[in-house]
Amino acid sequence: MIRARALSKRYPQGIDAIKEVSFDIGTGEMVFITGRSGAGKTTLFRLLAAIERPTTGSIIVNGQNLAALRKSAIPFLRRSFGLVFQDQKLLFDRNAIDNVLLPMKIVGLPANEALRRARAALDKVGLLNREKANLLTLSGGEQQRLAIARAVVNRPSILLADEPTTNLDADSAAGILEIFRAFHQVGVTLIVATHDPQWVSRLSPRILRLDHGRILGSDG
Amino acid sequence: MRRFLTQHASAFGDAVRKLFASPLGTILSLIVIGTALALPAASGIILDNLRDLAGGAPKAQQISLFMASSADRRAFDEIELRLRMAHVGNWRFVPRDEALERLKAIEGVPEILASLPKNPLPDAFIVEPEDVRPEMVENLAKTFSSWPEVEHVQLDSEWVRRLDVFLRIGRLMILMLASLFGGALIIVTFNTIRLQILAQADEIEIARLIGATNAFVRRPFQYFGFLQGLLGGLFAAALILLGAGLLSSTLDELVALYGGRWAPHGLDFALVGRLTGIGALLGWLGAQLSVAVHLKKGA
Ligand SMILES: Nc1ncnc2c1ncn2[C@@H]1O[C@H](COP(=O)(O)OP(=O)(O)O)[C@@H](O)[C@H]1O
Ligand SMILES: [Mg+2]
Repeated sequence: MIRARALSKRYPQGIDAIKEVSFDIGTGEMVFITGRSGAGKTTLFRLLAAIERPTTGSIIVNGQNLAALRKSAIPFLRRSFGLVFQDQKLLFDRNAIDNVLLPMKIVGLPANEALRRARAALDKVGLLNREKANLLTLSGGEQQRLAIARAVVNRPSILLADEPTTNLDADSAAGILEIFRAFHQVGVTLIVATHDPQWVSRLSPRILRLDHGRILGSDG
Repeated sequence: MRRFLTQHASAFGDAVRKLFASPLGTILSLIVIGTALALPAASGIILDNLRDLAGGAPKAQQISLFMASSADRRAFDEIELRLRMAHVGNWRFVPRDEALERLKAIEGVPEILASLPKNPLPDAFIVEPEDVRPEMVENLAKTFSSWPEVEHVQLDSEWVRRLDVFLRIGRLMILMLASLFGGALIIVTFNTIRLQILAQADEIEIARLIGATNAFVRRPFQYFGFLQGLLGGLFAAALILLGAGLLSSTLDELVALYGGRWAPHGLDFALVGRLTGIGALLGWLGAQLSVAVHLKKGA
């Protein structure tokens, strides 16, 4: 489903963020990408979502080589992912459910169907009672769960999350991991980048360890 | 198909919401757009109606051929033959005696005439050309003056020609005015949408990151430009119709003084259609330009 070969990314300023990385991720796998801050996790996330283009090498998602993807095909590739960004990228001038409605507006889902799905997604992350909430009144953990609800509302086959538990207290982090476990159990492919993996072990995921842009090891 | 329609409906809804989101800004824009459309349109209507008020005149256009005093019966026959062959329209011969009789009917003239030793008037042909376009009439007059024994050709209504030139200059000025104001309309829309794009930079970025196409991002702005132009056009039509309504009684009096009747045309449903159509088109164009300049293409 995802295949990277000799994948490298050099930013215009000359920093080699990803160096000659190769890996495969199969359908339904749960993979955590770990490594210190600056190891290249976010860069890998952005390469997968076609936000950045590889400098060299190839990365193939669902049979499409992202290195050679036409610009006009990128939006449609992104729709096959649920994306949870490191900085969440929520709209603070909208209430909770309007944030979750955005991806369905993009694909043109009829309003009643969209509303039904948005409520279902909010329910899955435990925010159904906060659907009209102003985002500023949501806690860090609630905002993160809202970001996850928006990512999964179009039922993507791959969920990509960048540092979803960073800055959360232990309880909130555990709640997020439970949500991930539930998606994994229904067959969603999960790819999570985190610099803080020690409490992740109870999910027993496969781990890709990044260091200075290279894969140190893969286990699990 | 269903999704396509849903997307357009939602973009349209977004555009309507934007119009209502800042009512003051929208009203100001509509005033600017409405004025920009109303001024040239009103000038055009005034010009058209002016031309029509002068409308009876072209038909009364006449060309007089004054014969030399040496001309005799044979010369008149020759001219008659030529006029018949040329199919110029209606014409008649006015002998000098008939002309004199008519002149005598005017008050005070008989006394003057009595002091003259003989009839000073020439024999004449009066031609009412069928084709009254100024350049055609001009040509005819030129031809006539080359005919034998024709001493002088006179265009009886050169003022019609002058009016025509004047109207053409007027139309040209209105065209320039319209282009200028059309440009202003495009610029107003362009700038309004530039500000909207700036205000929504976050939302646009996020939508792109999660799979929005360029078309999706642009659509609400295009609808906004289109709608705002359309409403501006409606406003312009309302301004013109209101203005005409307020002026009509005064104009009635004025026109009545010249024996005419005020029956303006151009103040109808077609005007509303034209103004809204042009407004919508220019608004859409402004939006299109703004979006092309201010929205970087995705990834
Ligand atoms: N947009 C960018 N431009 C230039 N350098 C960048 C950019 N993003 C990240 N980097 C650099 O690339 C390296 C990897 O960064 P990143 O992928 O963010 O790592 P991580 O997410 O593991 O902390 C770092 O040295 C970082 O400074
Ligand atoms: Mg990072």
